[in-house]
Amino acid sequence: MAAERAPRGARLVGRYTLLGIVAFVVLFPVYTTVIGALKPAGKLLQNPLIPDSFTLEVLRDAWTEGRLGRYLLNSAIVAIIVTLAQVVTSVLSGYAFSMLDYPGRGVLFVLFLSTMLVPLEATLVVNRRTIGDLGWLNSYQGLAIPFAATAFGTFLVRQAMLSLPGDLRDAARIDGAGHVAFLRHVAVPLVRPTLGALALFSFLSSWNQYLWPNLITTNQEMNTVQSGLRALRESALQSPNVVMAGTIIAAIPIVIALLVFQKALVRGLTAGAVKG
Amino acid sequence: MASRVSARQRWRQLPAALALLAPSIVILGAFVVYPLVRAVVLGRQRCGVTGQSCRTVGWGQYGDVFVSQEFQNALWVTVRFALITVPLGLVLGVALAVLAHKPLSGIAVFRTIFSSTVATSVAVASLMWLFLLQPDVGVLANVGWLNELIPTLKRPGLLRDPATALWSVALSSVWAGLGFTFILVTAGLQGIPEDLHEAAAIDGATGSRRFWKITLPLLGPTLLFVVIVLTTRAFQAYGEVDLLTDGGPQPGDTTTTLTYLTYGRDSLIAGDDGLRSTSAVLLFLVLLALSMIQLRLIGRRVHYGSD
Repeated sequence: MAAERAPRGARLVGRYTLLGIVAFVVLFPVYTTVIGALKPAGKLLQNPLIPDSFTLEVLRDAWTEGRLGRYLLNSAIVAIIVTLAQVVTSVLSGYAFSMLDYPGRGVLFVLFLSTMLVPLEATLVVNRRTIGDLGWLNSYQGLAIPFAATAFGTFLVRQAMLSLPGDLRDAARIDGAGHVAFLRHVAVPLVRPTLGALALFSFLSSWNQYLWPNLITTNQEMNTVQSGLRALRESALQSPNVVMAGTIIAAIPIVIALLVFQKALVRGLTAGAVKG
Repeated sequence: MASRVSARQRWRQLPAALALLAPSIVILGAFVVYPLVRAVVLGRQRCGVTGQSCRTVGWGQYGDVFVSQEFQNALWVTVRFALITVPLGLVLGVALAVLAHKPLSGIAVFRTIFSSTVATSVAVASLMWLFLLQPDVGVLANVGWLNELIPTLKRPGLLRDPATALWSVALSSVWAGLGFTFILVTAGLQGIPEDLHEAAAIDGATGSRRFWKITLPLLGPTLLFVVIVLTTRAFQAYGEVDLLTDGGPQPGDTTTTLTYLTYGRDSLIAGDDGLRSTSAVLLFLVLLALSMIQLRLIGRRVHYGSD
């Protein structure tokens, strides 16, 4: 893989030492947070770098009093709704932009793409009012529906479908398959890898949303993990180790998910960069 | 495909196409296009704290807000934030990737560690840094010898000292983005053909010479992509400011970025949807200008590459 030959002897020791030191520095904020989350309340500020006492009580407090369990559930529900909705809407519109031919297709597609130039931050003042008018503050639909369709997803699915052989559609039409049957039985199975990457991407971006849940959630019960951590921060001075424990609990699901999906994630992240 | 379809057949496909596009059009229309247009209109108004009782001031409000001291400060804070986080994030990401790009046993463990911060959301990363830097309950401020070495840790605290606050927030942001940069640059390094390095080594080129003359130029497209992503992120940074400093220390709004000015709880214009819209639209224009520059850079590179 790498051109350089593997180092030997003293250079090998030096190399591992350097890697070890850098790894420690990178993990240092995680290390201190874990140590803090596992210490009993009174012992936090003595020797904050050394794990000299241990308890699971603080983690339990974060789960119950800090409501992390509830926040994780909310985040999971919202992220699943967003992911399913984005996959469905992207398949439908991606199909319409690749397999069908009709007047105005080019103009519509450019209009779709141009919505990618509008940053989230430019729309949220008005979106908060819209969600308020709909009576969707503090609700799952309020958290999820604004993100149920994206031009990015449409673009991804369109590209994948354009790479399918054009004869497929003709063959299916001769067999009498309508659009829905063709989509279900031919097109969707063939672009499954793209849909997997899209699903992973939309799940992660929904899970990591910070600003939006903070804007439309006033009821603690409806916090996602991210806005829940913001609410938890208010008690940072009174019970710092509970907030640290909450931070660890909030991070664990994504750490596990990324370890499981490591390969797919790297593929998804690098697709744009390498092909450029 | 298109050439084989007659005009009449094309019109016949229109209803099906519109039906398929309808869900996306409704969502994008209601939550991307409409709010942008509405924000442009709202940006001419001032509103009461309740969000109602808006009165129109006029288009001049855009100019007034843009030249206001608060907006100029936020714009400058945002630019400085980008000027810190983008180069630092890029250099550290490349350094980690080069360091881990060696055929050693166990290197996979180090690669996983170096990419691990990709798993932290902005809230998780910022809270970890809050407990590192906070002057009362933070870790660093309570380590005796470190505290004597750097008194600022305790009084007033890195996040409360106007000289260090933006750097501290930026450092947290760089750390959170490090895993992402590492993954991208590692993939870029793996795409560089091995025989180029071997040929250069046979010709007597040293390791550092090969890095500057072969590795870095061939990483160009990857690095450009990383710079674009990091810049866009820097201009949209919100969570780290909200959690670490609330836009302060005050007075001076030392870490009030454009997004914090628009959406922050402690922002001067919080509660006035009119002024927030003005600020949001101006933020959109700034980001649009940034996108145009980025598209030009990409366009030039693609052109250059195809020659």
